[in-house]
Amino acid sequence: MIRTEEMMLNVGPQHPSTHGVFRLVIKVDGEIIKEATPVIGYLHRGTEKLAEDLQYTQIIPYTDRMDYLSAMTNNYVICHAVETMMGLELPDHAEYLRVLAMELGRVASHLVWFGTYLLDIGAVSPFLYAFREREAIINLLNELSGGRLTFNYMRVGGVKWDAPEGWIDKVRDFVPYMREQLAGYHDLVTGNEIFLNRVKGVGRYTKEDALQYSLSGANLRCTGVDWDLRKHEPYSIYDRFDFDVITRDGGDAWARYQCRLAEIEESLKIIEQAVEQIPDDGKFMAKVPRIIKAPKGEAFVRIESPRGEIGCYIASEGKKEPYRIKFRRPSFYNLQILPKLLEGENMANLITILGGVDIVLGEVDG
Amino acid sequence: MSDEKDLEKKKAAAAAKAKAEALRKKKEDEKAAKGEEDTTAEDKEKVSHTLGKDSKEMDNSDTDEDLAKKKAAAAAKAKAAALAKQKRKQAEAANTEGEPSDNEDELAKKKAAAAAKAKAAALAKQKRKQEESGSDDSSDDEKAKAAAKAKAAADARKKREASGGESPEDDEKAKAVAAAKAKAAAARAKKKADTDKKEETEEEKPSPNQPLLDKYMKVIKEHLGEDVFEETYINRLSKHVPTLVAKRDTYHKIAEFLKFNEQLGFDYLSELHGTDFETHMEVYLHLFSFRNKQSVALKVKIDRDQPEIESVTGLWKGANWPECEAYDLFGIKFLNHPDLKRILLGEDWIGYPMRKDYEPHDVEV
Repeated sequence: MIRTEEMMLNVGPQHPSTHGVFRLVIKVDGEIIKEATPVIGYLHRGTEKLAEDLQYTQIIPYTDRMDYLSAMTNNYVICHAVETMMGLELPDHAEYLRVLAMELGRVASHLVWFGTYLLDIGAVSPFLYAFREREAIINLLNELSGGRLTFNYMRVGGVKWDAPEGWIDKVRDFVPYMREQLAGYHDLVTGNEIFLNRVKGVGRYTKEDALQYSLSGANLRCTGVDWDLRKHEPYSIYDRFDFDVITRDGGDAWARYQCRLAEIEESLKIIEQAVEQIPDDGKFMAKVPRIIKAPKGEAFVRIESPRGEIGCYIASEGKKEPYRIKFRRPSFYNLQILPKLLEGENMANLITILGGVDIVLGEVDG
Repeated sequence: MSDEKDLEKKKAAAAAKAKAEALRKKKEDEKAAKGEEDTTAEDKEKVSHTLGKDSKEMDNSDTDEDLAKKKAAAAAKAKAAALAKQKRKQAEAANTEGEPSDNEDELAKKKAAAAAKAKAAALAKQKRKQEESGSDDSSDDEKAKAAAKAKAAADARKKREASGGESPEDDEKAKAVAAAKAKAAAARAKKKADTDKKEETEEEKPSPNQPLLDKYMKVIKEHLGEDVFEETYINRLSKHVPTLVAKRDTYHKIAEFLKFNEQLGFDYLSELHGTDFETHMEVYLHLFSFRNKQSVALKVKIDRDQPEIESVTGLWKGANWPECEAYDLFGIKFLNHPDLKRILLGEDWIGYPMRKDYEPHDVEV
């Protein structure tokens, strides 16, 4: 007679497949997960508390360290919040530089996801290819901002400095190169039968669930919800570009994979248009006071980061420091659905499901 | 005869050898000039080849030609030697150039270090002087006086630091600063008045979202009664989002209504967080309706000493962790929450760090 016994297992916090310091306490019965409890907070640095003693410009480097895979969008969200409160109009040149930086960052972020996700589920070489292309982007952003991951490039009212000479051309040349590589990824991975068997129908949830759990980004669009803040609540100059919102109906890991890869292509479209449209007047800063003070009151803005909806709430007393600043961190919200997805799943699918959510722990823990 | 022939042959062979040697040397020099080292094997082969060929040619060649060839070889050799010399010189020059620059660097470093040392010494001296002037007195009276003086000085320093300006040592300077400050304050006041006026004029224009707010108000009041809000307004700073401030008792009812009412249908919780406003706590929700593609901000003020409020996890499951976070950082208790825990800091943390009056508690400090 076979006797089974429930066993408790720790996944993480130090394990490469958790993409940071994420701990998961799971109860397994044989190979079936009965219950999964995420334990987070290992990377909590109290950004919001620290920010209460800092001037707005000084907070920007802290945002780099939240979602360190796409720091440009984080830079943007706090600048955008303060600019919204101050009613600032930005010069076009600065807006285009921001959009270029953010979209390059989005491609880089999706590349990291693509590479590490496949590494998680057992394919090693796509990781190398993805990181090769990501390196090209990082070099571009390094040339632009002086940093490889933590850019600290944007400022309230514009950007730190203008793009170096010839940078726009380099970005222009990068687009066809990336397209070619992307086609290579599809040849390499997308049709692979082993891969398809691992992701199809795994970690499936419905549109209703996605909305209930406040999911955003590709995690929401993979259930067929046509929602992208760049398109539907256009901020910056996104209303000037022609691009599509990628949706899939599956709601499983396969649909999320398709969404993210197709989003790379959409970002390339935006980059392609932006390098053609960018005015070369070199104005990268609006006229702003020397000390930035958000007017008294409060504001909440949200934008589309590669991981979903990143938001910034500022309550200001009209001083140079915020009274309270709060970041709506998409990974934190997206991760909530994990226990529900894991319940009753096979152990082998755990990493496939976790990786499919695309979390960055710096962002989960704030 | 045969001896003569042998001699001739030997001579020719020697000449050929010399020539080959010269050629090889020349080639080597050329190679060195090009900086190629991998082709030595190839060169050697070539040399041996030419050697063989030359010796064959030498057998039936005239001595005149031989001489001319030798001359040419010698000339080439001399040239190569000259080239090599030149190169050596250049390399030496480069070396000698490199060394002094290092020395210069070191010198500069030493200088900087010395300067820093001197500065530190001067600072130390100054400090000692200050200390002496503060403590080196016999009578208590004088001591007190000195202490007061030191304190005043410290205060002044603090003030200076706070204002961030240069030290106004003289009375006149201080006066000038005060005057400038007053002027600035006046200008600021004027500016503020101006902006206030501007705001007033702006306020007259209705916000584009005013009809939305009116609609929400109408629907809610029809169903829940007149007296459910503390206030409602358009938050112009926040992209004109309609903002509803619910009363403590009606908060959950309003949230429920906002979600399930067919006309409103706010099915997506975009954001939930707490804020400590010192006079009260506040919970802020940003809701979104995918049906109408509209946003609304819902706020509720709660008692700071007893921060309790109903949880909205029953309406939006996505509120689970954000409520835990608000509990963790502010101590706001969400009633009927399925699993309210200290999600980021851990259960053994003392106090709620995002509260404005938080004192860190650390046994090791």
